[in-house]
Amino acid sequence: MTRITCKDVNVSYRSGPVLKSVSFDATKGQLIGVIGPNGAGKSTLIRALAGLQSYSGDIQWDGRDVHRMAATERAKTIAYMPQARTVHWTLPCLDVVLLGRLPHHSRFAGPSEKDRETALAAMSQMDVQGFAARPFDKLSGGEQARVLIARMLAQDSACFLADEPVNGLDPAHQISLMQTFQKFAQAGRLVFVSLHDLTLAGRWCDRLLLIEHGSLKADTSPGELIGTGLIQQVYGIETMDIMLAGQPTIVPAAVRSNASTLVPNQSDSF
Amino acid sequence: MTSPSSLYPALLGTLSFLLVGLFVLSLGIGQVWIDPTLLWFSIGEPSSAEAIILNEIRLPRAVLAVMIGAILGLSGAVLQGFLRNPLAEPGLLGISATASLGAVLAIYSGLTAFHAYALPLSALVGAFLAVFLLQALVGRTGDILTIILAGVALSSLSAALTSLILNMSTNPFAALEIVFWMMGSLADRSLVHVFLAGPFILVGGALLLFTARALDALSLGADVAQSLGVSLQRTRTITILGTAIGVGAATAVAGAIGFVGLIVPHVLRPLVGQKPGRLLPASALGGAVFLLAADIFVRVIMPERDLKLGVVTAILGAPFFLWLLVSLRRRSS
Repeated sequence: MTRITCKDVNVSYRSGPVLKSVSFDATKGQLIGVIGPNGAGKSTLIRALAGLQSYSGDIQWDGRDVHRMAATERAKTIAYMPQARTVHWTLPCLDVVLLGRLPHHSRFAGPSEKDRETALAAMSQMDVQGFAARPFDKLSGGEQARVLIARMLAQDSACFLADEPVNGLDPAHQISLMQTFQKFAQAGRLVFVSLHDLTLAGRWCDRLLLIEHGSLKADTSPGELIGTGLIQQVYGIETMDIMLAGQPTIVPAAVRSNASTLVPNQSDSF
Repeated sequence: MTSPSSLYPALLGTLSFLLVGLFVLSLGIGQVWIDPTLLWFSIGEPSSAEAIILNEIRLPRAVLAVMIGAILGLSGAVLQGFLRNPLAEPGLLGISATASLGAVLAIYSGLTAFHAYALPLSALVGAFLAVFLLQALVGRTGDILTIILAGVALSSLSAALTSLILNMSTNPFAALEIVFWMMGSLADRSLVHVFLAGPFILVGGALLLFTARALDALSLGADVAQSLGVSLQRTRTITILGTAIGVGAATAVAGAIGFVGLIVPHVLRPLVGQKPGRLLPASALGGAVFLLAADIFVRVIMPERDLKLGVVTAILGAPFFLWLLVSLRRRSS
């Protein structure tokens, strides 16, 4: 059973509020896309869900406050992948992926044979099994991203929180990543992905959280969201909405002539 | 697949072998060669002059070299991993400098004349003061840059205060003693020093070894490390405390010995497949080997002139480090 409940979550930095009274809940079995323009608060929301951010309000996983969960237990519940793709030291890729197994082996024992198998399985899922012995920093940007996604998958948690995981991936790997996430969701996990690619978001996600200036503007299925005209309004764009393989698909087409988002945060009082 | 991980036991084995060999050699080498096996028969009740030298001069010196080299190498590896900065070393946190300041104060004030423990104890007090100051300065943020800058500030302040004491010293002998002490040496230490520093170095070392897993996780950055179940605050406290206890005690009995903590982890990192956690035991062994070798070198190269160990580690260390940097750059380009 995995259930997350967010109630009235607020986050403020010194420069002003970043998340304003965000509330939603979600249960396992869903692939949830977090969308919104640059600076809307997507990364902050994902960090807050992962328990990496101080906030006011309530974030509970299966009824327990995210900051109160025991560290190892939290690591087994939530796997997190940040937008930044840093690996310090020139670790071989297999060692990078094996780090995802840390919560699963005891403090002084190294990774077991089973950990190794899980890591290699995650690597072949991301099509990077051939890089096992290669130093991470010798890979291209997209390959590095796939290794880090494999690292997150290897953690084998009930929930995945991935911040813009498709950035820098070629179309084939973008689609296969979304398919992988969909498979994980269908197998009973909860997956949050922040995305800039509205086409991918519409096509693969079961549900979209649209954020603008820190507020949750919409929380619904892609099909319903398209009908509301909110995407066009929040992003300041014109879109072509088409059906692709039975899925509603959003294709950004043009910038709106009176686009207010080109002057961001105008409505915010600092 | 012959990754460095399969070579790891062999590396630890080689280092241990070198350690034992150099330890025995260190017992034998000095102004006169003494058969190290004599120690075996004379422990507890040395009967000959040679046995007394072995028991009371050579043995403490060799044991201290092992302990101090190990803690310097280990804490260098931990600090580099924790700060994710290959330039980090025990001196960086200001702990060596504050410990030196404590020791210098003891010499200057004449406290050393009253009790043999006065110098190492006041050096330890200095090291602990550094910890409290660091924790207070860094606060709850735990930001890496803040820790480094706070350490640098603390080092400079302690160095300035040490210079002030030298400056004010009316007694040239005290000033000379201070200068020599600061160079770092293992000469003329006794078992008293071993028993004084030993427990602290063991406790500090054990604390530092505890960080291995957190350091591995930190290779993916602070956020991911936390999401893997690592407590950043606990890791920081253990790192600072372990370094202060261990390196503080080492500085207290041997003075400031630079470069070991910087170089040893660097040399060994490629050999352990870059993993910060695996680097820790290797760096402890490597530090001990390096310091034993340097201390033997000091005795061989100029036996009649009490050449200071800290001077030699820096003279050998700095050019070697430069060579390493250049050759690494060449290989990566």
